[in-house]
Amino acid sequence: MIFNYIGNFTLFFCLLLSSIIFFTSILSLNNKNSFFKRNLNELLFFKFFFTLLSFFSLLILFINSEFSNETVLNNSHISKPLFYKISGTWGNHEGSLLLWLLILTFCAFFYFLKSKNRPLDERLLTIMFQELIIIGFLFFLLKASNPFNIIFPVPNEGMGLNPILQDPLLAIHPPILYLGYVSTSIVFSSSLAGLMRGNINNFWAKHIKSWVYISWTFLTLGILLGSIWAYYELGWGGFWFWDPVENISLMPWLSLTALVHCILVLEKRSILHSWTVILSIITFTLGICGTFLVRSGILNSIHTFANDPERGLYILFFLFFLIFLSILIYFIYEDKFETNNKNLNFYSKDFSIILNNWFVMYFLSVILIGTIYPIFLEVLSNEKISVGPPFFNKLIIPFLIPFLIFMSIGPNLKWIKNNKLSNKLNLIFIFILSIVITIFVSRFYSSVALNITILLTASFYLFFVTIKDFAKKNYKNYSQMFSHFGFSLLVLSILMNSIFSNEVTSNMQVGDEIKFLDKKIKLQKLENTKEANFLKLIAHFKIEDKDKIELFFKPEIRIYDKPETITSEAAIKTDIFRDRFLVINLVKENDYLNVRYQEKPFMVWIWISAILISLGGIINIFKKNEK
Amino acid sequence: MYNKKVKLRALFLFLSILSAILIIFLVLKSLEENVVYFLSPTEIKNLNETTAEKIRVGGMVKDQSIKINSDKINFVITDFKNEINVVYSGIIPNLFQENKGVVAEGVLKDKSFFEAEKILAKHDENYMPPEVKASLGEN
Repeated sequence: MIFNYIGNFTLFFCLLLSSIIFFTSILSLNNKNSFFKRNLNELLFFKFFFTLLSFFSLLILFINSEFSNETVLNNSHISKPLFYKISGTWGNHEGSLLLWLLILTFCAFFYFLKSKNRPLDERLLTIMFQELIIIGFLFFLLKASNPFNIIFPVPNEGMGLNPILQDPLLAIHPPILYLGYVSTSIVFSSSLAGLMRGNINNFWAKHIKSWVYISWTFLTLGILLGSIWAYYELGWGGFWFWDPVENISLMPWLSLTALVHCILVLEKRSILHSWTVILSIITFTLGICGTFLVRSGILNSIHTFANDPERGLYILFFLFFLIFLSILIYFIYEDKFETNNKNLNFYSKDFSIILNNWFVMYFLSVILIGTIYPIFLEVLSNEKISVGPPFFNKLIIPFLIPFLIFMSIGPNLKWIKNNKLSNKLNLIFIFILSIVITIFVSRFYSSVALNITILLTASFYLFFVTIKDFAKKNYKNYSQMFSHFGFSLLVLSILMNSIFSNEVTSNMQVGDEIKFLDKKIKLQKLENTKEANFLKLIAHFKIEDKDKIELFFKPEIRIYDKPETITSEAAIKTDIFRDRFLVINLVKENDYLNVRYQEKPFMVWIWISAILISLGGIINIFKKNEK
Repeated sequence: MYNKKVKLRALFLFLSILSAILIIFLVLKSLEENVVYFLSPTEIKNLNETTAEKIRVGGMVKDQSIKINSDKINFVITDFKNEINVVYSGIIPNLFQENKGVVAEGVLKDKSFFEAEKILAKHDENYMPPEVKASLGEN
């Protein structure tokens, strides 16, 4: 009970501290040596500490299952395992916002600690913008979604956590994703601050680069975790559905990817100042926009949870405020950008990075339109529509082809100007090799659209060019190589996966046998067991292939009591060539089981390649620290 | 006269605007071709003619209507005013139950018969798709 008060009180205290820091950072901008400036570090630490205290209060409330707290009541249950009591803290709206706030305050503190080589003015302004965001979120938290609402009289039992969220991967997915989202706030604040002080230059780029890498890496990992979870828990064997909630996490990732590249150009060549600032603003706004769309419930998504439109309205207001503010600042201080008339050469690394940015922005706008168009149409004409995978596939696949080609050639070019491409022969040879391999692969499939085949060639090209780059003797940019190699592997494995996947669905009774390619699938028996907070129905399947090799699958159906929900646990056998995926479901209380068996080639490589992509970011983060 | 640089800049601007227009055209065109409309059973009843296009139907699964055999599942989607028979073969989501909201994607065979290719799942047993809520609320 006492923790309700502690949590609530510390939040109010944070609001007070934030307002103090916000106002004094404005007032002391021109004051050379104020008390405040010398002690800002401690103040920021205190604020982080108090937010942490508030977060821990909620954690303890969850662990002790104190149902006097409304959030705990709605999202927890006594018989839930301890691990999920802990992860339940951020598995709900209020708690996840508190986590968001915690990371925000940590970022502010950590930024101030690590930015000592930057002008004090710029740091103060950055903190000012950061505090503005923190105050906005604090108001939202206290007003529209307070995690510490008290219920009286105290109920005996909670409502329980949605069982599909009771999963180890999904327990760490939100913190990782949030680290990615929230650390873009520093990039946003710092670029606005730099803009106001006319500090956007190569030194600024060098400094802010590590924040860009950090958020990019966490966002990549966060999306990966969510995708793996959707793969095995939702039970369809897919990993990306072009669903609005997924798109929303992909959009900031795309603009961050553009930023990762363009900040390099700013650092090395001192061009693209304004574009970098615009990208920073876009990235953070898209992050907030994502929160708005997910939390307001205006999206119809397979991932949507029951939620409250009033909260959406608040975030929408805050979002518009931030966009308006940044546009205003941009136009007032626009003339402070360093102007230069450096020429851009077509055969240069700079130009290929700009090209990359254009492509990424194109992908971003396609996804943005596909995601928000249904909302607009409904508001305007009351027609209800949804935009599905064909739209995205049709518009993205053709443009991925040149994108991949530029991605292979770009890193082989020099900065500023390339008079002649040094290893032209090699690149041409690899191109022919990729075509040959594509022809070889294409013999194994019958009817696939032409653009997929060309995309296959392009991704093979990138694949081999990056392998060639690994073998290069001179200076190597490992992070770029890992990420680009990972990307080619990602496209390749997704293509292979979609071309060569096979599946069968059927309704089966005990003793039934169905045929699938050259295999026989037999449902041998059903078995019931009881676990701590659910009943388990295990189905025993035997799959026998033509060489009489037998595989046994034990997919489960779990019937949770609090809240009463049925979930399917797929049985997955993974090896380096393919995943075998078997999932069952109950249809009414019936003798029939709804069964789906899939063979998905190179599934594990999709995850591995995403890890490789983020490895590039991790290398960059640590490379920066060594210097 | 304008110097070379200004000319180059004008050309660049022209090209960017041109490509932007092309891209917007391309995006809108494929948007038109690839959207899936959402209809309630009543709206289907009021259609003048059935199309071969993919649509989504939403409503409640009618009580006692789910029938299953070895290769397909039959059920009825209702908005408590009109009904439509649905046939589906494939994996169904966990929260697919009688008297619960459902969204099915597929093709209309005629005004009372729908062949579903996909049944959409929800994460949350309290959640009802906004479309279903709206189409139930209208009645």
